[in-house]
This record gives sequence, C-alpha cells and structure tokens, in this order.
Amino acid sequence: MRTTLFALGTAVLVAAAAPVLADRPLPPITNDAVSKECGECHMAYQPQFLPRASWRKMMDTLPDHFGEDASLDPVTAGNIRRYLEDNAAHTKGNSWARKYTRARANGAPLLRISDTRHWRHEHDELPKEAWSDPRVRSKARCDACHIGAKAGDYEEDNVRVPGPNNTWINWDD
Amino acid sequence: MIRFTALPVLAVLSVLVVPAVAGANPGRDAILAELSAQAKDQASGFAGFDAGRGDVLFRHRHTGGKPATPACTSCHGPSPIQAGETRAGKVIDPLAVSRTPERYSDPEKVAKWFRRNCNSVLGRECTAREKGDFITFMTSQ
Repeated sequence: MRTTLFALGTAVLVAAAAPVLADRPLPPITNDAVSKECGECHMAYQPQFLPRASWRKMMDTLPDHFGEDASLDPVTAGNIRRYLEDNAAHTKGNSWARKYTRARANGAPLLRISDTRHWRHEHDELPKEAWSDPRVRSKARCDACHIGAKAGDYEEDNVRVPGPNNTWINWDD
Repeated sequence: MIRFTALPVLAVLSVLVVPAVAGANPGRDAILAELSAQAKDQASGFAGFDAGRGDVLFRHRHTGGKPATPACTSCHGPSPIQAGETRAGKVIDPLAVSRTPERYSDPEKVAKWFRRNCNSVLGRECTAREKGDFITFMTSQ
C-alpha cells in the first residue's frame, strides 16, 4: 500500500512538474546553419524571441543588417529563414515564446529583440551603467548576464549583473 | 655513434623546415593565384600584389560604405595581430596569419567576407588586386 501510494504520489508530482519542465528552458537551436551564420557576429538568438513577421523582414533585409552587409547565399538563407519562421514566437508556443508575439512599432515588425515591449519591461529595473559596463557593452550580448543564454536558460535565478570592482552580483540576491 | 651525430643534424633540419611549413598554405596559395589571374584580366599593368597597398587599404577611412563601418579597423581594430570585436560585441580572431593561421585558406569563406565587408566599408565590391593586396599584407603580419 505504501509503495502504491508512493508511486501514485510520484506520478502526480511528475504530472504537475511536466508542463514546467517542458516549458523551460527554451529549446536549444538545432539548425547548424543558424548556429554558425547568426553566431559568427553575435550570439545566435533563439527564434522564439521574435514573431514570424520580424524574421521575414530580417531575412529580406540581410544586405543592410543593422548597418552591415550580412548577405548569404540563397540556399543557406532559405534554410535559415525556414527554421526561424518555424520556431518564431507564437501564441501556441511555450510560455516564453508567447510573450514575444507582439513586436511592432507603427505597424512595422520590430527587428531588435531589445525593442520589444516585453523585453523592455523585463529589463526596466537595470541601471544604465549596467549596459555600458565593459563586461557587457551591448544589449546584443544576452550571455554577458544570462549565463545560460546559449542553452536557452533565461531564468532570473541564473542572471548576474555587473557589480563594483569587477565583481558580479546575482540578480535574485 | 650515428645516434649522437644524427641529433644535432635533426635539430638543425627542424629549425629550417618549421618556418617554411608555417608560412605555406596550399589553400591560400590557390586563392592568391586565382586573384592574381583575375587582377591581370582587370588591369593590364598588374605587376603583383603589394603588402604596403594592403596595409593602406586596411587602415584607410573610406567614405562610400555604411556609416557605422568606415574602415576595416572599425571592427577588426587597429592591429592585425590583435583581436577585434563585432558591433554586437563578439570577439573576432586576429586577421594576421601569424596569429590565426587558418585565415584566407577557405575560398568560400574568403568570398563571403570580402563580399560583405567591402560593401559595408567601401560601398562596392573590392577588385581582385585589392583582395590580393589585403591577403598579402595579412600574410606578412
């Protein structure tokens, strides 16, 4: 009886925990072209951080990508475009992907994740100095503070921010 | 007895052979040969690549390209033997062959980055002579 109860209890626990475990972290990027080509100049951002319309515009404007020519051969570009669109932020996605489905300004799709309303809300408590710190330098470097970013882990308890005298401070402290 | 005399001979040989191996790279040689053929087609007076011209191309502030990247040094930094950084904050390995030996040996990679970066910095394609000069300069660094 005790064994049965224990088994039942475990099953309930697993069932309760499963959606959370399945939800987080974001799935790792499994397309080699995306990891390589996007990752050559900046961290390869998980496609769930922008909706499909943003990725479409991104891939349509690679010859002027944030002020640089990031053009690709058509075969590689097509492969990357498919992966980004298939894994974009979506109302039926996981709890992270659902938060980034609205990314427009004046009707046009946003291209910077850091311009989205949800991203700005999540980072509004940070002082300006955090961004200009030499260890951070750019909002493009998610992994400067989100130490699990490349693996898709953006949980608050895995965030560190620049502290005084070259130290890091755990964000949840 | 043979063993004792062979050692110094081997030591001398390795000193002679190692620098030659480090400088030579079949992939890079093939890329330079192809660029040289193109440069002859593009200009009748072409008389070989020049590291000095490559140095100038690398450092010059150009005006025809995109505003954020007026020079190669905008991202690669002023010294070819030191690392650079993309505008998004990612480290770029040094351009000098002495520091990054695999540079300029993969034709697809070379074509991709000259296509992108000449457009970003100069606002046009680079000529075959410019590309050859650039690689020749970086190989000398």
